[in-house]
Amino acid sequence: MKKIMTFPMGGVHPPDSKEYSNSFSIRNAPIPSLAVIPMQQHMGAPAECLVNVGDKVEEGMLIGKSTGYFSANVHSSIPGTVKDIQEIYLPTGMKSKVVLIELEGEFRKPGSKSDDWRSASPKDLLDKIVNMGIVGLGGATFPTHIKYNLKPEVKLEYFVVNGVECEPFLTCDHRLMLEKTNEILEGIEIINKIMNPQDIYIGIEKNKPDALAVFEQTIGAKGLPFKVMPLKVKYPQGDEKQLLKALIGREVPSGGLPLDIGAVVSNVGTVFAIYEAVCLNKPLIERIVTVSGTAVKTPSNLKVRIGTKIGDLIDECNGVSKKPGKIIVGGPMMGFATADLNAPVTKGTSGVLVLSVREANLAGELTCIQCGKCVAACPLGLNPTTLYKLVDHGLYEEAKAESLFDCKECGCCAFVCPSHIPLVQGMRLGKFMVKKQKVK
Amino acid sequence: METKNNLLISTSPHIHSPISTTKIMWIVALCLLPAGVWGVFNFGINSLFIVLASVVSALLTEFIITRLLGRFTLLDGSAFLTGLLIGYNMPPDIPAFIPVLASVFAIAVVKQTFGGLGRNFMNPALAGRVFALFCWTEDMTRWSPSMLSASDAFTGATPLSQGPAEFLSKSGSYLDLFLGNISGCIGEVSVLLLLVGAAVLFLLRIITWEIPAAYIGTFIVFAWVFGGLTDGGGFFRGDVLFHTLSGGLMLGAFFMATDMVTSPLTRKGMIIFGVGCGFFTFIIRFLGGLPEGVSLAIILMNITVPLINKFSKPVKFGLVRDNNNEAGK
Ligand code: SF4
Ligand code: SF4
Repeated sequence: MKKIMTFPMGGVHPPDSKEYSNSFSIRNAPIPSLAVIPMQQHMGAPAECLVNVGDKVEEGMLIGKSTGYFSANVHSSIPGTVKDIQEIYLPTGMKSKVVLIELEGEFRKPGSKSDDWRSASPKDLLDKIVNMGIVGLGGATFPTHIKYNLKPEVKLEYFVVNGVECEPFLTCDHRLMLEKTNEILEGIEIINKIMNPQDIYIGIEKNKPDALAVFEQTIGAKGLPFKVMPLKVKYPQGDEKQLLKALIGREVPSGGLPLDIGAVVSNVGTVFAIYEAVCLNKPLIERIVTVSGTAVKTPSNLKVRIGTKIGDLIDECNGVSKKPGKIIVGGPMMGFATADLNAPVTKGTSGVLVLSVREANLAGELTCIQCGKCVAACPLGLNPTTLYKLVDHGLYEEAKAESLFDCKECGCCAFVCPSHIPLVQGMRLGKFMVKKQKVK
Repeated sequence: METKNNLLISTSPHIHSPISTTKIMWIVALCLLPAGVWGVFNFGINSLFIVLASVVSALLTEFIITRLLGRFTLLDGSAFLTGLLIGYNMPPDIPAFIPVLASVFAIAVVKQTFGGLGRNFMNPALAGRVFALFCWTEDMTRWSPSMLSASDAFTGATPLSQGPAEFLSKSGSYLDLFLGNISGCIGEVSVLLLLVGAAVLFLLRIITWEIPAAYIGTFIVFAWVFGGLTDGGGFFRGDVLFHTLSGGLMLGAFFMATDMVTSPLTRKGMIIFGVGCGFFTFIIRFLGGLPEGVSLAIILMNITVPLINKFSKPVKFGLVRDNNNEAGK
């Protein structure tokens, strides 16, 4: 039997709540009659809008051009006419220019699969990734081409496929792994060709035994040199840092990237998008979204066009079964609460969750009782209670000296705090204030 | 936090573990109850009045002070727990005004002066007890015999003030110590029932092993190596079983040293803290003038907690560069 691995420090075990949606196959969400497509769907600089009001656009047409290296292309997810261009706030709190496209005209005929990539050069493949607007679909939306563009002198040791999906409720990666196993494996072969790593690992948590089995089997049958790695269930194992610590035992240095320890990590959803981009010539205009939560009538895994309103997805799942108290875009540990049912699905939207009023109501906050649970839970070895107090007292620089900026807002500390102190909120505020003071 | 169309907007995380501070306080109090019931059973109904007097006065003090501050905190259970522990730390026949004043002191001076729950740097219950011990030393060290003890226990001595040799020959056995057929403070005598309560706290993960294990472990080592010197017997001849089972060690190690507010944050810190408690308990019991050292030892260590916290910070992720790889260098 394989050794089942995990990361040693911190972490929590929230109920995984995957049973709501993990048995339902991916189905198509309805095509939106109006797509709202933000120019800022990725980490880095927003794309530059290439269209004007009244323009006709085709499905998959480039409408936002990457503005430099740290940016990504944006494509139209439907054919139609540009109705308006606005500035709105996304659920993440980011302000972005959005293009509103009214559905009209013909859809593309799905092209036949091409195997040409096997003879293409790594450079061509990388260009494809840039052109098709591929970004990390695990949530961070880091532009993929930056990760994969290694300096010629760098010899990559590990490429790790992240199939952990540690956020409760979310099952989109799980379903994708079950239903698109061959495509994901071909995507890994493409990436293998681009970066040529020494080892390729696929990390999957033990709560997805069917995905582990189907990958073992298919890899065995195809004779591919990839290793499937079962992992213990623990949040936030899906974070690159924790995943690499679990799999290869190395720690990404503070402020550094996985490449600093010889590794590159991509989410299974990203790998699938790369497969589609390279083999089907399809830009990133769709993604799988888990619609779930205790108050959704029919939890589902939907294939959704970017720009679809989250309210439409909830309707597609037959609406709510109880009075909704909170709507979350993303997972319950790191996602964003929103009250805007018109908010669009973006490249980074892995889930739309509806919680009932009872679950949404926050318990009253008490003072810190110094229990140390937050310290024990922090996977990065920070001291959340002290950081929170420093920020609370306005001592932002002191908080920075205590590694405030290492905090990745994973939420483990606030999850365990018996006094229900909004620790993550404190971390965010602290970072915000430090940045603001710098600007001044 | 704001609400639009009744949807709540708040920062992640949006789910929370089921534990809460209020639950912790009440569960600890509940886990203490069996040992208190035994105390009442053992020492008579008067001890029940003592415990009630401390609880009620603790609650009342908390109520009045928080009322003046425009708050209401009785339901968080912390004042109840403090009152209960003070009652448990009283001799059964003490005049009722002493536990009452101890509770008032604990809540008003030790807890609320520093801002209430979570801000006090000493365990209020222990501070209350030590306060009483210094003010009314005589009352605090006059013991009534166990009503259940079969032997002719004589008034005025706990096993600890007798010492192992005298206790075991005249008053009782190890089993009596374990079950609580002895004289002592109301809530501390039944080691068995305290362990039952502690076991529940372990299972619910409200207390962790570090403090009790380090505390009792250190104490055992010192008592074994040096205890024989004062009890008569020499090096490595200390009566470990006797010393661990008597006095307030179990109550202190499992229920008072583990008080979250006044113990360190990290696992490393908790172990240092426990070792310190064990060491000072030994020093005070064997070398000091007082027969019992648990309360003072824990208070002493409470005071060092900020220092311990400073020197037992968790190791930050990504600072250890034993990664033995070339790519990153
Ligand atoms: S949110 Fe930040 S401080 Fe809290 S556990 Fe995660 S990394 Fe640590
Ligand atoms: S978990 Fe909450 S109560 Fe406990 S030390 Fe951290 S902030 Fe304080």
